[in-house]
Amino acid sequence: MSGFVPRGQGVMATFSGFEADLLRSLASQLVELLRNEAAAPRGSSDPLEAMLDFTGPTTEPEDPVLARLFPTAYPDDEEAAGEFRRFTEGSLRDGKARNAVLIIDQLEEAGLPPELDEDGLAIDVELDPEQAAAWMRSFTDIRLALATRLGVEEGDDDYWRRLPEEDPRSHVHDIYEWMGYLQETLVASLSRGR
Amino acid sequence: MSAPTPVEVEKPEADEVTAAARPWVTIVWNDPVNLMSYVTYVFQTYFGYARKKAEKLMLEVHHEGKSVVSNGSREEMERDVQAMHEYGLWATMEKADA
Repeated sequence: MSGFVPRGQGVMATFSGFEADLLRSLASQLVELLRNEAAAPRGSSDPLEAMLDFTGPTTEPEDPVLARLFPTAYPDDEEAAGEFRRFTEGSLRDGKARNAVLIIDQLEEAGLPPELDEDGLAIDVELDPEQAAAWMRSFTDIRLALATRLGVEEGDDDYWRRLPEEDPRSHVHDIYEWMGYLQETLVASLSRGR
Repeated sequence: MSAPTPVEVEKPEADEVTAAARPWVTIVWNDPVNLMSYVTYVFQTYFGYARKKAEKLMLEVHHEGKSVVSNGSREEMERDVQAMHEYGLWATMEKADA
């Protein structure tokens, strides 16, 4: 596993079947989460008004991952924060879902079968600069989701290192670290000459 | 294209101009997840900042917990905050004098 390397104006990476399958699964879960908890307006006391309001939500999502992906823009002004959310959260959700779907599509176009049932598969992915930027943003979303579920905090590396292997969080943290490594190589490949 | 016509105008104090024209700021907050290289990359690509300035702002976020990364009109800052959220950075906005 060597992560991403520069290729022309873009980047490329080779994943094992297992790695590609894991990436697809993480991206799919993100898409599901983004589309699952309805991005609908809440908190309106007038049911008619609520039904006629198609614009977007005005309150922070209940799921902590979604709350992190869509932070409150005006911390000290609830009304302005609600308006901002109403006009931005829908398109932010769509954009993040599109990026994750691109990962899934490109892995499958590169030869990842719908069901992974063979060993020794190598998936070569080539991304143009725009696609690479989309992958990079989606990797960020996936890492934020994993870290929020795990409860990752600043400077807690020792805690995770000491976690017994049979603790399921230990495995998830390994995946989180792996995503961080991939992200680092992706950023480095795109930052050349900047 | 036209050439500028020289006009005598009284120059307002620099501070007044800045405060009136750029009354809002975008703030990026530290989080334990985003990579330093990624945050620098975002500041360079989205704001078009030189690497040195982008790194300085990134380190400010990292060490001081937050940094003012841009200023401008309310509409401009709403665009910047939305863009930061697209990139997965934790950004908020407030009045510059707040």
